[in-house]
Parts: sequence; C-alpha cells; structure tokens
Amino acid sequence: MEMKTNLKKLPNSKSGGKGSFIKDIIRNPLSYLLILPAVIYTLIFGYMTLPYMVIAFQKFNFRTGIFNSAWVGFKNFEFFFKSASAATVTWNTVRLNTLFIFFVTVFSVSLAILLNEIKNKWFVKITQSTFLFPHFISWVIASYIIYTLFSYNYGIVNRILGFFSIEPISWYMTPKPWTPILVGMRVWQATGMSVVIYLAAIVGIDGSLYEAAKIDGANRWHQIKHITLPLVMPTVAILTLLSIGKIMYGDFGMFWAIIGDNGILYPTVDVIDTYVFRALRLSGDPSQAMAVGLFQATIGFILVYTTNKIVKKSFSEGALF
Amino acid sequence: MKKTGFFNIINYSLITLFSLFCALPLALLFMVSLTDEKSIIKNGYQLLPEQFSLEAYKMIFTGGHDIFNSYLVTIFVTVAGTLIAVMITAMAAYTLANKNVSHRNTLSLFFFFTMVFNGGIVPWYIICVKLGLRNNILALIIPSLLFNPFNLFLVRNYMNGIPDSLRESALIDGAGDIRIAFQIYLPLSTPVLAAVSLFYGLAYWNNWWNAIMLVEKKNLYPLQYFLLKLKSELTMLTDLQGSSAVLSTITMPTESLKMATAIITIGPIILLYPYLQRYFVKGLMIGSIKG
Repeated sequence: MEMKTNLKKLPNSKSGGKGSFIKDIIRNPLSYLLILPAVIYTLIFGYMTLPYMVIAFQKFNFRTGIFNSAWVGFKNFEFFFKSASAATVTWNTVRLNTLFIFFVTVFSVSLAILLNEIKNKWFVKITQSTFLFPHFISWVIASYIIYTLFSYNYGIVNRILGFFSIEPISWYMTPKPWTPILVGMRVWQATGMSVVIYLAAIVGIDGSLYEAAKIDGANRWHQIKHITLPLVMPTVAILTLLSIGKIMYGDFGMFWAIIGDNGILYPTVDVIDTYVFRALRLSGDPSQAMAVGLFQATIGFILVYTTNKIVKKSFSEGALF
Repeated sequence: MKKTGFFNIINYSLITLFSLFCALPLALLFMVSLTDEKSIIKNGYQLLPEQFSLEAYKMIFTGGHDIFNSYLVTIFVTVAGTLIAVMITAMAAYTLANKNVSHRNTLSLFFFFTMVFNGGIVPWYIICVKLGLRNNILALIIPSLLFNPFNLFLVRNYMNGIPDSLRESALIDGAGDIRIAFQIYLPLSTPVLAAVSLFYGLAYWNNWWNAIMLVEKKNLYPLQYFLLKLKSELTMLTDLQGSSAVLSTITMPTESLKMATAIITIGPIILLYPYLQRYFVKGLMIGSIKG
C-alpha cells in the first residue's frame, strides 16, 4: 500500500517531450552517476535472476552452467507434481496465509477502533508501543518463546496441563496443534504494525461526521458501526487484497526458525518456500527447486496482477501499479 | 453516561489484555534467563521463578566467546551495511526526484518491476555463488539487503516534496547534481533517511537468511543464525526424543543460558526502542500519506 501511487502521481513527461535515454544521460550525467549503484545492484540481483529460470527445464549443474546443462523438458515439474508434497505444501501455504490474513486483520481493525475511542493519550501510547514491539523481534527469538511454552520437559503449557493432571504432550512431535500456534504467533508479531496503519486511516476520518451523529443521538457503538467501520473498510479491502496477492509465498523466516527441518510436523506446516529451500540447499538440486519456484512465481504473479486490477477498479488510490 | 463508563471498562480491558499477549511472551523469556537452573528443572519455565540467578549472564560475559564473535559480526554487518544501503538509496532517490531527468518514471518502473517479478531464491543463490559471495563477510552485507526499492520510493516521495526552486537556484549558482544531492537534498531529508536507516538497520540486525544460504564458517555466524543453530541443536536433543534421560548424558548450555543468550541479542533493540518506534511509525506514515 505504501508504494501505491509512486509511478502514477508524477506527471508522465516533461512538457518539452522525452527524447532518448542517451540524450537524457548526456544532459544529466551526474544524476545518472548517482543512480548507477542502485541500477547495477538491481540488474545483478533482480534482472539477472530472470534468465536462470530456464534451469527449471534442465538438469542444472554448477560447473557446466546455464548454457551447457542438459535439457529435460518438464521432468522436474513432473517429479514435484507426482509427489505427495505438491498438494501438501501448496495447500499449507494458502491455508496458513489465509488464516494469517484473516486473524491479523480482525485483531488489528478491532484494536484500532478500540484505541481510537480512548481519550487517554498516555494509555494509547504505551499500549501501541507494546503492540508494535514484537514486530522488531526476529523469528528466531520468537522460536525461543515458542520453545519456552511448548518444550516437552520445561514448557509452561505442559506444566499447566500437569496441574490439571493431563498427560504432557510432545508438541514438537504432534503436527495438528501447530496451525493455531503459528496463527497465534503471527497475530502476536504482525498485529501492531497493522494497528498503526488502520489507526491512521481512522484518525483521518472527518470529525464532523461524529458530531452530526452525536446530535442525532448516536451512541459510541452506533458511531463505530455506522461511521468508523464503513469508512475504514476500503483500507481493509486494499490491504487484504494486496496480501492475497502474496498468498503463494510462505514466510520462510517464520517457518524455518520455528519448525526448521523437523519432518514430523511437515503435514501441517511445510510450505512452498521451505520445500524449495530444502530442495536447493539440503538435497542440492537447483533445477528441482527452480521448478517449484517457477510454479510459485507464476501463480503468484497472476494473483498479484488480478488483485491489483480489482483494487484499481474499486479503489483507484490503493493500487500497487 | 453510565453506558459510556461500561463501554470504557470493556475497551480498556480488551486493549490491556492484548498488550499482555504481546508483552508476556517476552517477559517470560526474560524471566527464564534469570531463573536458577535447579528451579527450572524442578518447576519448568516460569514467569515468576522460585529462585533467581544471574549465573547465565555471568557465564556469557566470562566465557561466551562464540556469542561475542557473533555479536561483532552482526554489529559490523549492520553498521557497514546500513551506511552503504542508505547512501545508495538516497543517491538514487535524488535522481528519481530530479525533474530535469526526463526518464525518471522509466527508471522507477525499472526498480519496481523486480519487486513484483523475479526469479526467486534459486537464481539468486546461483548468482551469489558465481560472484564469490560465500563464506565471507561480504556475503552477509551485499545480497538482498543492500538496496530495497521500497525504501527508494519512500525517500523519493519525500524528496518530491522539496521545492524544485532550491535545486534550480543551486544550479544557477554553479553547483552540480552531486553537490546539490549531498549538500541540499540529503540534509533536508533527514527524517525520512532516519526512518529508512532504521528499516535497513533492523533488517541487517535480524537477518539470518544470508547466513543460512551462504555461510558455513562458524566465525562468520551473525547473532540470529548463532541462536538458530543453538536452538535447533537443543530441540533435537530434548524434544524429539521426548525424554529427559538424554539431558544428563550430553553437555550443553543450561536452560537459562539459552534464554539469556536470546535476551542479550535483543538488548540493543530494547534500549533503542523509543527511538526505533518513533521513526518507524513516522516512516510508515510518510509512506502511506505521501505515497
């Protein structure tokens, strides 16, 4: 959302017309010199990655490189789609991301509305700082927190179960509960940041609307229901659509830090990104990894494109491009 | 009147509840790091331990060479990386905000495109290997983190708000674009540059992606990766076997030591938090209002 109108707001061209790139460079040599490092960096780490996508159709070998590796057609894709993992990782990625988006949005919109109703500035400041703090903590630290909660021997959860004379659970060997655990951690980590955004949208609502409603006898609940909520909805819709565009991408940092290569938990928490990582770094098959990555990028791009189109059509200001 | 009071009570309680949800897990981590080892073995991890002990921190500060090495790696990488990254970003932003550059929109598009479409991690990894970015400190600084188009657009949007007449009058006085960028635009963009430095700095501080992909030498482990390794060794030992019998046979850092190690890696974030938060929120606002 932040980068939305970057490209649109500027005037499309100078009144004098554009002229060629070379002319522009000759006219502004120093400006082009200033932008050169960023351009080179983007060429290397952005554009140079594109040709390498063909290795999805090869048996890529680091020594022979992209030009001399053997072509294998769709074999790498076949391998992936015929394996049981394809359905699992794709479904897990979409399912977990959907749950993340849903719960983070519900929590952050509700909290933003509630915070907006509080007049005590000091209280708002303290609580908002507390909400935001987890955002600055890496997933590795978060995984330590999960460990203190769910460790078999010393974890708080098992101790609490023990208090009610329930047998301790070996959490790190039980796949099922990890969906709610991960959703909880996501809410913990991401809500604060969304609250900041939604609160900004709410604060921006015209105050006279509330004044008018009060005169008509609306209480605070009415005001929330009939003014705040409808007016914050466009922001909710935009942010949700933009997140749906990224639904094919699992948060590698989160999943790897918390789950790592603990295969027992894969049925519920293995996502495309961790699968690709393992194919690349653990089984050392770049072509195999690239095939899955290409599958992900293709669907991902279609989703980004479609959701952006919807955003553009319905809310002209929120579009990404 | 009565209704408002009721509403307020619920409102304050809900918000307080969520604050606790955010803060308690970290408080727990902190308290465990201060817990006496025997207390942990007896009662498990506790928010209010039976017996406090600073032993874990003492052990780290007297004998933790590995973690200090990782601390140094992370500090170096964060400082050097952030400085270079902010420089690259600010310089590029000036050009994109320079109305004399008639192709500046094409250039923006050039940067934007890779944000939505790129080859992903596999080509990225191959390119890093080909550039020799493996097992050296540059592998932790250069790939992924040194330049981010999102930050570029943030700074550019801010610079677009600087009146063009400033640049033009400086041009008339004979200053070149480099001088204008460094002596006029950069100083005037301090707020957004502070926010962007924060984004870069935090990304470097919390990064372990580059390490897991490109670094195998132990003396190059940044903090987060060091922690990750430490944890994965421990969970493997204790939890996958689900019994405490293994604990006694293998020598490993004690429970509180583990948590203390985690705590000292977030120490700087806690200390800088008021500053971090202010610029973070500011940066977010600059992005969404001006963008």
